[in-house]
Amino acid sequence: MVDSGFGRPVFGSPGRRSVLKAGLVAGATLSMPFVARGASKQPIRIGQPSILSGRLAQLGISSRNAAQMVVDAFNAAGGLDGRTIELISRDSKGKPDEAARVVRELINNDGCQIILDSEASSGAFAVQEVVRETGTLCIHADSETTSLTADPKIRAPNAFRCARQVLHDSIVGGSYAAGIAKAQGLKRWMTCSPDYVYGRDSSSEFLDYLKMFEPSVEAVGATWPKLFAPDYTENVTRILETKPQALYSALYSGDLVSFIDQGNLYGLFDQVKFFAINMADYTTLHAVKKLPAGIYSCNRYLSTFPATKSNAEWSAAYDKRYNVLPLNWAWQNALAMQFLVEAIKKTGSDDGKVLAGALRGMTVESPFGAKGTVTMRAEDQTIVDYAIGWGVTIPQAPFVEGMQAADWTVIAARETEWKKQKGWA
Amino acid sequence: MNLDAFAGCLSSASCLITQTSAGLIIGMLLFLVACGVTLIFGVLGVINFAHGAFYMLGAYLALTAYQLTDSYLAAVLCAAAGVGLFGVAFDRLFMSRVYNSNVLMQLLVCYAFVLILDDAVKMIWGAEFQSMGMPAVFALRPLHVFGGLVPPFYVFLVAVTVAIAIALGGLIERTLFGKIVRAAAVNRQMVSALGINTSLLYASVFGLGALLAGAAGALAAPVRSATPGMGVSILIESFIVTVIGGMGSIAGAFTAAVLLGLVRSFGSIGFPLFTDGLMFGLMVIVLLIRPQGLFARGSA
Repeated sequence: MVDSGFGRPVFGSPGRRSVLKAGLVAGATLSMPFVARGASKQPIRIGQPSILSGRLAQLGISSRNAAQMVVDAFNAAGGLDGRTIELISRDSKGKPDEAARVVRELINNDGCQIILDSEASSGAFAVQEVVRETGTLCIHADSETTSLTADPKIRAPNAFRCARQVLHDSIVGGSYAAGIAKAQGLKRWMTCSPDYVYGRDSSSEFLDYLKMFEPSVEAVGATWPKLFAPDYTENVTRILETKPQALYSALYSGDLVSFIDQGNLYGLFDQVKFFAINMADYTTLHAVKKLPAGIYSCNRYLSTFPATKSNAEWSAAYDKRYNVLPLNWAWQNALAMQFLVEAIKKTGSDDGKVLAGALRGMTVESPFGAKGTVTMRAEDQTIVDYAIGWGVTIPQAPFVEGMQAADWTVIAARETEWKKQKGWA
Repeated sequence: MNLDAFAGCLSSASCLITQTSAGLIIGMLLFLVACGVTLIFGVLGVINFAHGAFYMLGAYLALTAYQLTDSYLAAVLCAAAGVGLFGVAFDRLFMSRVYNSNVLMQLLVCYAFVLILDDAVKMIWGAEFQSMGMPAVFALRPLHVFGGLVPPFYVFLVAVTVAIAIALGGLIERTLFGKIVRAAAVNRQMVSALGINTSLLYASVFGLGALLAGAAGALAAPVRSATPGMGVSILIESFIVTVIGGMGSIAGAFTAAVLLGLVRSFGSIGFPLFTDGLMFGLMVIVLLIRPQGLFARGSA
């Protein structure tokens, strides 16, 4: 206690008026709980670490845009008893250590109760370790690396994934490519994918399933350009020297555009059948000035697949608001935010543990579902039943045609088999 | 490691042609950036860590000029001139103030400008990558030389770079400007004492270095997507070139750039997982045998 020297304490001892005021406030609060709720109508803060600059900035920008649309719709509808959602997006510049720092800052300094992780795989694993430590509810919305949620040692009870998964894409891609390999006699295959966990996983899992569905196929080589490599000449010429009949690539975004531009110079795509899993995304399709016809690609995001009214409307709404077409990361983040909003509405809570309980096994109606719904599978906290298909590029809109939709019963069966082999099921 | 493939490539004319031309291409763009770095260091004694940002600026200026004029020649000229002028302004307004400061202060100023330029590019051109696409005149099928493939655009690129290298060599070795530049590199006080405007000289050299980086960015634009921060990786490689060739040596930069390009292209056949390692390994060997670099005079 501090004394003024005149016999009356300056701090520490409440006066009669203060006690009276406090009593009135307490009484009013207890008798009218809505006052307390009103007083604590602070926004629900959701932190979003992402890549907002550099060659992969479109990942972060499209992720933020799509999530913000859902947030705005939720807030406009009155929020949770008047509590709105505030989305706080921060740039990690694509660096895993920076992603970890940004997440800690979002949790500790910005008071975010939930993390919507919009990092690429390299950053997502760093984010996973931070949220495992803090116990914060997290939905990974951009990392496609299978082990993030499939490997029990990496999985965390408070972390979910709302993104397509390499294994799912590989099963579908392997099956699709095997059909073409069989029909066209493509025996010699090569891969050219970015040299980090996503690229390596994607190539190896694709080849595994390709060989499973078409055992006569042979992998004759691989080349691993660095992520964001400026020059692919050495990779292109290595492919030309190896003389494969078909090439698989998990390159994406600006890297894929540069690879195609440089490959075109050598006439690479006249000499090999090209399976580029990440080709069918609008920015990439538009950025390649001379898009070779006949590239096989998985649907990253296409407003024409699934060919439903709700998908076309969502794409049009996004385009209208941001004056650009949505990308794969956009649908994933829109869906992740939709899952969070549905969980918040269902539980009436922003508590991470309560929301996690609601998210496990939750099914939502979605334009991105293979059959109109997507489920957050409880056992490994990852989404299933989203639309996956493969088709062939054409130089003009709609850019991809002949889409063949995947069968989720086949995916689920193969996935279970794969997990058993790994000892993860 | 795939020694069979490497040996097979060395004994195949088609592979030799394809990989040699690929190595030249990688090397030529590196040379244009590295010779600016080495020129500025040789005369001004300043290591310009912002040189990669000049390369980026060149690519973006070329992109805009190409969109406006639909002429690739105009795009390259605009980019080179624009970045050259920017280099002069950068030198006069900022770098000239830290000529005599220690290298940490120079690094700080350059790094600040790398960040500022990256952000400026984001504000002007957007954060997403952009692609110029191949100008129609070069959108041709590759040439077949002894079974090897050589893209016509790359032939143009090598020819332009070799022409620039010869012109630069001529400028430095055979003109009055070149004599003054070489004299300034040896004894700048004496050059100043002879009544030569050294401020103008330094600005010219800095501008010339920047112009070459801008030209490299413009020449790379049709095949490399432009993105904020794209200059970082080429800057690192151009420093390796400068170290191998010898700080301040144009001929050294040219030789080292070609050497590095060939190491990358042939390394990708025999040592596909170790091409970066080969590049740094080459640098270490040169540093051990000849610490001052292949072409530099005197001790390091």
